[in-house]
Amino acid sequence: MFKKIAKFMKGYELAAALGPILVILEVICELLLPLLVARIIDIGIEGNAGMTYILEMGAIMVAISILSMFSGVMAAKYASIASQGFGANLRKGLFDHVQEFSFADIDRFSSASLITRMTNDVNTMQTTVNMGLRVITRAPFMLISAVIVCFSLNAQLTLMLVVVIVVMAVSIGLLMKVCGKLFTIFQQKMDGLNDTIQENLIAIRVVKAFVRSDYEKGKFKRANDALTDAGIRAVSRIILQQPIMMLAMNAAIVGVLWMGGNGVMSGTMAVGDLSAFVTYISQILMSVMMVAMSLMMMTRSMACVRRTVEVLDTVPDIANGGESQGRELPAPRGLVEFRDASFKYLATGTGDDVLSHISFRVEPGQFVAVIGGTGVGKSSLVNLIPRFYDVTGGAVLMDGLDVRQYPLEALRGRIGMVLQNNILFSGTIRENLLWGKEDATEDELIQAIRDAQAYDFIMSFPEGLDTYIDQGGVNVSGGQKQRLCIARAMLRKPALLILDDSTSAVDSATEAGIRESFRNHLKDTTVLIIAQRISSVQYADKIIILDDDHIAGEGTHDELLVENPIYQEIYQSQQEGVAQ
Amino acid sequence: MAVEATKKFQRESDGPPSPGGAPRGGYQKPKDTKKTVKRLLKYLTEKKALLLLVLVCVIISSVGSIGGSYMLRPITNKLVEDLPIAEKAVSLINMLLVLGILYVAGTIATFIQSRVMVQLAQKGTNRLRRDLFNKLQDMPLTYFDRHSHGELMSRLTNDADNVQMALEQSMVTLISSVLMFVGIFAVMLVISPLLFLLTALILVIVFINFKILGGKSRKYFRKQQAAIGELNGNIQEMIEGLKVVKAFTHEEAAKKIFTELNETYRTAATDANYYAGATMPAMANIFNIGFAFTAAFGGLLSIVAGLDVGGFVSYLQFSRQMSQPMGQISQQLTALLSALAGAERIFEMMDSEPELDEGTVTLIPVDETMNELAEGTHAARWAWKVPQPDGSFRLVELKGDVELKQVEFGYVPGKPVLKKVSVAAEAGEKIAFVGSTGAGKTTITNLINRFYEIDGGEITYDGINVREIRKDSLRRSLGMVLQDTHLFTGTVMDNIRYGRLEATDEECIAAAKSSNAHSFIRRLPQGYQTMVSGDGANLSQGQRQLLAIARAAVADPPVMILDEATSSIDTRTEKHIEKGMDALMENRTVFVIAHRLSTVRNSDCIVVIEHGEIEEKGSHSELLALKGRYHQLYTGQFQLE
Repeated sequence: MFKKIAKFMKGYELAAALGPILVILEVICELLLPLLVARIIDIGIEGNAGMTYILEMGAIMVAISILSMFSGVMAAKYASIASQGFGANLRKGLFDHVQEFSFADIDRFSSASLITRMTNDVNTMQTTVNMGLRVITRAPFMLISAVIVCFSLNAQLTLMLVVVIVVMAVSIGLLMKVCGKLFTIFQQKMDGLNDTIQENLIAIRVVKAFVRSDYEKGKFKRANDALTDAGIRAVSRIILQQPIMMLAMNAAIVGVLWMGGNGVMSGTMAVGDLSAFVTYISQILMSVMMVAMSLMMMTRSMACVRRTVEVLDTVPDIANGGESQGRELPAPRGLVEFRDASFKYLATGTGDDVLSHISFRVEPGQFVAVIGGTGVGKSSLVNLIPRFYDVTGGAVLMDGLDVRQYPLEALRGRIGMVLQNNILFSGTIRENLLWGKEDATEDELIQAIRDAQAYDFIMSFPEGLDTYIDQGGVNVSGGQKQRLCIARAMLRKPALLILDDSTSAVDSATEAGIRESFRNHLKDTTVLIIAQRISSVQYADKIIILDDDHIAGEGTHDELLVENPIYQEIYQSQQEGVAQ
Repeated sequence: MAVEATKKFQRESDGPPSPGGAPRGGYQKPKDTKKTVKRLLKYLTEKKALLLLVLVCVIISSVGSIGGSYMLRPITNKLVEDLPIAEKAVSLINMLLVLGILYVAGTIATFIQSRVMVQLAQKGTNRLRRDLFNKLQDMPLTYFDRHSHGELMSRLTNDADNVQMALEQSMVTLISSVLMFVGIFAVMLVISPLLFLLTALILVIVFINFKILGGKSRKYFRKQQAAIGELNGNIQEMIEGLKVVKAFTHEEAAKKIFTELNETYRTAATDANYYAGATMPAMANIFNIGFAFTAAFGGLLSIVAGLDVGGFVSYLQFSRQMSQPMGQISQQLTALLSALAGAERIFEMMDSEPELDEGTVTLIPVDETMNELAEGTHAARWAWKVPQPDGSFRLVELKGDVELKQVEFGYVPGKPVLKKVSVAAEAGEKIAFVGSTGAGKTTITNLINRFYEIDGGEITYDGINVREIRKDSLRRSLGMVLQDTHLFTGTVMDNIRYGRLEATDEECIAAAKSSNAHSFIRRLPQGYQTMVSGDGANLSQGQRQLLAIARAAVADPPVMILDEATSSIDTRTEKHIEKGMDALMENRTVFVIAHRLSTVRNSDCIVVIEHGEIEEKGSHSELLALKGRYHQLYTGQFQLE
C-alpha cells in the first residue's frame, strides 16, 4: 500500500532524504551541549583548569549551537519542500485519475467522498510526511541516543531511568486506549449536535410555521448536554497525561539526585555529569511523549492512505473504445438505435435490471420523447448513448456503429447533453456557454441563447453575457439555469441533443419557444427528450413510454391517446379539470 | 454543507435572494478584546470559588516547578562541600524530601487545576452554545436569508469549540506561563545579577528574531490560505460537476486549470511550511547559543567572582526552562486571540435584533358558548383574546377571514417584490395564486404568517391587524405545506406529531388516513415507527410530501397555506398527493399556490400575479370571460407552470 503512495514523492527524493539526515545532525548537536557543560563544571570549575579552558568549551558550544540551528532550519526547509511536493503530486495523481472515472465509478464513491479524499485526506498525509521527516525521525533517535549517552555516563542511573520510562510509557499507553474509546463517543455526540443544528437550520421555515422553537430548544439542549457529558468524561481523563508525565519526570530527578548524589559523595561520579543527567531526563521523557503523539498521527494517516489507494486502484470501468483505432467513423447524422439493450447498476443497484431488452430506433432529425414514472430508467436509458454507463446486454448504436467502438471523445463530441442535475461552473455566463464549443463566435453564442429562450433574461442583467455565475449557479433561478444549460448544449450543434427532464422549471410558453427553435434552427439535429408533462411531449414525432424496465408503448400523441392505457392515464391526470 | 443548504434554499420558487458563500478568516483578532473577555468570563464565573481554587492551584504548581529547579542549588553545593559523608547524606535526604514535597504538591495542584477547568469550560461552553441556539430560534427569517447555513453552523461548532479549547487550556496556561516566566526571572536575578544581564540580552535577541520570523511566516501563511481556498474550491466544483465535465469531454481543460492551481498552492505552501517549521529550531537554537554563553560566562564567574557551583547548575537549569513558558505565551496568546475573535462573532450574533413581536392578541380555545377553556385543550372552536384599553378582554371568534389591503413588500429596500396587492378571503374560501416563476406568489403567503414584515398596507385576520396578534398565536392558526418538504430525524409518528405535540397516536393515524399517507406508511418496514433519517432521505419525494400534509392535518388549523408544487413527482404519486391536499382544503380558508387546473377552477377567487402585481382577479368563469392572461394560460396549456 505504501509503495503506491511513495511513488508520488517523485522529484523530491533528495529533499526527502536530506530532511531526516539534518534532523539527526541537530539531535547530535543538542546532545553534546550538556556534556560540554559537565566538562566546564568538572574540569573548569571543580578541577581548576582555569579560564582558558572554560572559554574554549564555551566557544565550542557556540559553534555547535550554530551548526544545530543551521541543521534544524534546513531540515524544516527540505521537509517542507518534500511534503508539499508530495502532496501536490498526489493531488494531481488523484485528480487526473478521477477524470477518467465513468459515471458508475463516480456513483460508487460519491462526489462528496471524492472531494474529501482529495482535500482533507491529502492534507493529512502531507502534514504527516512533513512531521514524519522531522518529528517522527527526531523523537525516537533522540530517545535512543540520549539513553546511550546516559548509559556511558552511569549505567546504574540509566537502568533506573529506563524503568521510569517504561512505567510512564505503559501508563500513557493505557490512558490513551481508554481515552480513545471515550473520544469516539465524544465525536458521535458532536456529530449528533451538528445534525440537530443542521436539521433545524434547513427546516427553519417549518419550525417557525408550526411555532416549534421551544420544542427545538429542548431538542438542542439534550444534544448539547450529551456532548458536554461526553466531553467532560473524555477530557478529564486525557488531562491525567500531564500529571503522569510530571510525576515520572520528578520521580526520575529525585531518584537520580539521590543515587547520583551518593555517587558524587563516594567519588564514583562527577558533579557535572550529574547535572548533565538531570538535563537529559527531560529530553528523554519529552521524546517518549513525542513518540506517542507520532504514533497517534500515523494511525490517523493510515486511514487516509487506505482511502486514497482505494481511489487510485479503481480501474475506470469504461475504457476508450480501443478497437476503433484508425477505423473510419461514420458521418454524424444523429441516428440512434437500441438493439435488445439491457442495463443494471452493477456497483450501487439491487442487481435487478433497470432496463431489459429495449429496442427502438430514432431517425436523424426526429424529435423523440421518452415519458414514464419516476424510477423507470428514463435517465439510465439516455445515459447509455454517450456511454456514461455501458449496457449489460445488447447494444446501443450511434450512427450505425456500436458506441463502444468509438473513441469516447468522438462519441461525446457528436452529442449535446443537458443532464437532469444542471450544473453551471463559477465564471461568466459566456465562459459557461463556451464549454459547449470552445471557439464559438459571438453570433453563434447569441443564436444559442436566443434558441434556448435565454436571451431576454441574460440581457436584462447589467453585464449581459459577462455576468458572473457563483459557484453552483446560486445566483440564477432554476428555470434560468436550465435554459443556460440548454444553450450550452445547443452551442455544440450536435448531431444528437439529449434533454433529460431539463425544462421542468421553465414555464410552458418558454418551453414552447424552445421547441420552436428546435424545429427552425436545429432541423437536422435529432432531439431526444425526457419529460413529465404531456404538453412537453405531445408534439414529438414519436413518444416512447417506459414502464418498469421495458417499453410499454411507442407512437405519436394521437396514436397513443387511442391505444395506450398508460398514456391515457397520464393524460387524464394532467388534464383533470378541463375535461369535466 | 453550505453549498448544499443554499441549493435547497434556492429551489423555493420566488424566495428572497440567497446569500453567497460566507468567507471566514481564520486569523482574525477580536475588535474589542476587553469587552469580549468580560462577557466570556461571565460564562465561566458561575462558581467564583472554583475559579479562585484554580488560581491558587496555578500558583502552587508554578512555585513547585520553580522551587524544584532551585533546589538543585543547595543540593549541588552540599555535594561538593568538604564535609563528612554521613553528615552530607543526612542533609541530602532532607533536601530531597523538600524537593519531593515541592514536586508532589505541584503535580497535585496541576491535576486539580486542569480537572476543575475542564468542568468549568465544558459547562460554560454548553451554556454559550445553548444561549446562541436559543437566540437563533428567535431570529426572523430575513436573518436566515442573509446568513448562510454554513456561517451559522460554524458559529455554533467551530467558534464554540475554539472558545472551549481556550477556556479549557489557553487561559490557565497563559497565566501559569506568565507566572513561571516572572518567577524564573526573579530567581535567576537572585542567583546572579551579572549572569542575568547576559540572559536579558539574549532574550532581546530572541524576541527580535521571533518578530521577524513571525511576520514572514504570517505573510506566507496568508498566501497559502488564499491558494488553498482556490484549489479546494476548484476541486469541489469540478468533482461535483464531473458528470458535466465528462458530458462535454472537458477533462483535459479541467486538468490544466487544476494543475495550475495545484502548483500555485504547492509553491505558497512550501514557503509557509518552511517558515512555520523553521521557527521552532531557530528559536531553540538561539536559546542554545545563549545557553553556551551563559555556561562559559557562568563558569568564569564561579572562578573569579565566587558564584557557587550549585547556583551555576541551577541557573543553567533555569535558562533551559525559560524558553518553555516563552513559547507557551506566544502560542496560547494566538489561540486565545483567535478564540476571542470567535467569541466576539458569537456575541455579535447573540446581539442581533430578534424577531419583533409587539402583538398582544392571543389565541385561546373556547367552548360552544365562547367561554374560555384551559390552555392546551384541543377545542373545536378558537377565539382571539383582544386586550381592551381598560384592561379587560374582548373575545373575537376565530373564523378565518383574511384580508390584504394595498400590501407592499420587498426583500431588499428599493426592490419591491409586491406592489399594492389587495386580496380578501372570507372564512372557508379558497384563494388560488397563479403566475409565472418569480412573480411573487410564495412571497404573499410568507407575509400572511409574518415570516416577513410588510413595507406598506395592512393585513387583517378576522378584522384584527396581524401586527397586533402574537406571532406564535398567529402561526398556530395557520397551517403550511411548503414546496420543500422538510422532515426531522425521528419516527414517522414523531414527524406527524410535529404538527401538534399533544396529539395522540390515534389522532396522528387519523390525520395520516385523511391525508392519504396511511397506505404507504403501513407498508414501511416498521410502519409508523420507521425512523426518518437525514431530512427524509430514505423516503421518496412523494412520500415526504404526504407526511408533510399529514403533519399539517394533525395541527388542524382554520387557515391553510399550500404550495402544491409537484414538478418532480410522477403522475401516479401526484394523484395520491392531490387527494391528500384536497382533504386538507375542506372546510378551511385556503391560500394555495396552484399548479393544477382542478384547484384553480374550483377556487372561489383566482389571483393572477405577474411581476409583483395583481393582473387579474376573479372566479374561473369571470376570468375566462375576461379573455386576458388567465384565458391565455387556460386555453394554451394544460399546466400553468
